[in-house]
Amino acid sequence: MTNPTFERIEADIKANPVVLFMKGTPVFPQCGFSARVVQILSHLGVPFKGVNVLEDAEIREGIKAYANWPTIPQLYVNGEFVGGCDIVMEMFQAGELQSLLKEKGVPVSAEG
Amino acid sequence: MAMQPAEIEALIKAALPDAQITIEDLAGDGDHYAATVVSEVFRGKSRVQQHQIVYAALRGRMGGELHALALQTSAPG
Repeated sequence: MTNPTFERIEADIKANPVVLFMKGTPVFPQCGFSARVVQILSHLGVPFKGVNVLEDAEIREGIKAYANWPTIPQLYVNGEFVGGCDIVMEMFQAGELQSLLKEKGVPVSAEG
Repeated sequence: MAMQPAEIEALIKAALPDAQITIEDLAGDGDHYAATVVSEVFRGKSRVQQHQIVYAALRGRMGGELHALALQTSAPG
């Protein structure tokens, strides 16, 4: 039984090295947690694709089932779920996010 | 219907009997909390797996009644 929503999600996270499923857009985040992850990615100079779940109810619910993760935002690198706002912040402060991105071949312009 | 700190603690404790739990009400509105959870169950697990264990303990309330739970998890020691 294939899940069309999962297929759409997979297409997105495979086509883009860094994908952030978020509320709002990178330019106009509409949730504090989503905004914080956008700030971290922008601070590191990491190019990413923002997917506004507020404009797509199927993706908004589907992504939670896909990652077995109940909240938004959700960060994906090379198709793998990295975490939500807490985990991305913790990894950033520990320098782990920078090393993960480098390891996955994603350009990071500022150490931060 | 917001949640009370004691209710969150009880749910987590039910799933993780050895857990040391602290809960802080961030906004006073009953649905924005910060919690730290220390349990042996987390040893050797990734952060994502650790948080998923806590979310499972909250039996579906995470993201619904409980809008925000800033979570810090770790194994003891």
